[in-house]
Amino acid sequence: MISLLIRDLRLAMRAGGGFGLGLSFFLIVTVLVPFGVGPESALLAKIAPGILWLGALLACLLSLDRIFALDWEDGSLDLLATSPLPMEGVVTVKALAHWLTTGLPLCLASPVFGLLLSLPEQGYKWLIVSLVLGTPALSVIGTFGAALTVGLKRGGLLLSLLVLPLYVPTLIFGAEVARRGAEGLTTTTPVLMLAGISAGTIALLPFASALVLRVNLR
Amino acid sequence: MNMNALWEYANPVKFSRTVSLVLPWVSVLALVSLVGGLIWGFFFTPDDFRQGSTVKIIFIHVPSAMMAISAWFMMLVTSLIWLIRRHHVSALAAKAAAPIGIVMTLIALATGAIWGQPMWGTWWAWDPRLTSFLILFLFYLGYVALWEAIDNPDTAADLTSVLCIVGSVFAFLSRYAVNFWNQGLHQGASLSLDKEENVADVFSTPLYVCIAGFILLFVALVFLRTRTEIHKRRTKALLARERLG
Repeated sequence: MISLLIRDLRLAMRAGGGFGLGLSFFLIVTVLVPFGVGPESALLAKIAPGILWLGALLACLLSLDRIFALDWEDGSLDLLATSPLPMEGVVTVKALAHWLTTGLPLCLASPVFGLLLSLPEQGYKWLIVSLVLGTPALSVIGTFGAALTVGLKRGGLLLSLLVLPLYVPTLIFGAEVARRGAEGLTTTTPVLMLAGISAGTIALLPFASALVLRVNLR
Repeated sequence: MNMNALWEYANPVKFSRTVSLVLPWVSVLALVSLVGGLIWGFFFTPDDFRQGSTVKIIFIHVPSAMMAISAWFMMLVTSLIWLIRRHHVSALAAKAAAPIGIVMTLIALATGAIWGQPMWGTWWAWDPRLTSFLILFLFYLGYVALWEAIDNPDTAADLTSVLCIVGSVFAFLSRYAVNFWNQGLHQGASLSLDKEENVADVFSTPLYVCIAGFILLFVALVFLRTRTEIHKRRTKALLARERLG
């Protein structure tokens, strides 16, 4: 299980376009927003939490189809399926690797992007908290979407269509935590809801992902 | 009726035969109640003292919104039946219901916008109910797109079933998330049996007829489309057999 994780991490680091791409995409989204809505810092500060969450979500989405596609093409997914590791474990490790290569860098880099969008000072803590709590759910849900579309030739677009509606609750609560944090309001309820969604998806969704992956490998 | 008798309809031949028998009746009943309910609603109810004649949109808006949700619920149940008991008719019924659900969702959204414009002064507001319906619409789109994308019918049935179940959980979550996220313009439930304040009887009686009409229409369309899917699959099997010689 750990060796699979290390292998996946190494592949993501070395094969071009996996690791830095999400982060660069996040940067570009953040840079483009002021061009779109104007450089007024009061306005930027107001929309910063939402934009940062949307950017993180889209950056996450961008790298989803890589979770299984390469392993599917060269047949290593079949090997993994016949290995002693249960499919649920494979799926969980894949999601974890995806989070470590996309979600975690996004969390760590988000203060810098918050600075670009003149996020109020008290917002940074809650922005990071919301991303740390929320991005694992994004990775797990995304892994489910990737498992659904793994055998398809043009799965990319369909993947976004399937995954984005599933992201709605996470996005709502995540952005709500960041917004309330930035405005200095209490954040207890949305933090608990966000944590609940993450915990629930991490606990249950790998079973669904493993189920559809087994169907796709049949 | 005991349960065994119900499962007999999992046999495609039996299902088709029964549908052929029942379908004309259901269609006629649907037509009668729809035409009757709508004419009653449009021409034989008074104008509301505040809303004027726009109140009559209720006779399309409420039934279609109810069917949009019921269709998804029906897909959830048939998906579960397919995953547990592997009855092909069940999977095909879910496939057949999805486009009808899309249309119902669209009708509910469109009539809601037309009603909202004069009443709330806006075509669209990010109200929890409106937003959840838009999200439901996205779920329907994804579901249908997944059916279209996969060639192998059994794989498609499996994957869409899992998507439907997972999607139901997330649709439910989204419903509460948007409630939390924004307060609404839309009124609460006003057709319940245990509430003090309900839609007035002059409106609610034709409304119930319209709801019955929409339900019957939905049943008729699902029957028809499921039977078509069964025939399509049989034709494919026959053609494949012919090609083998």
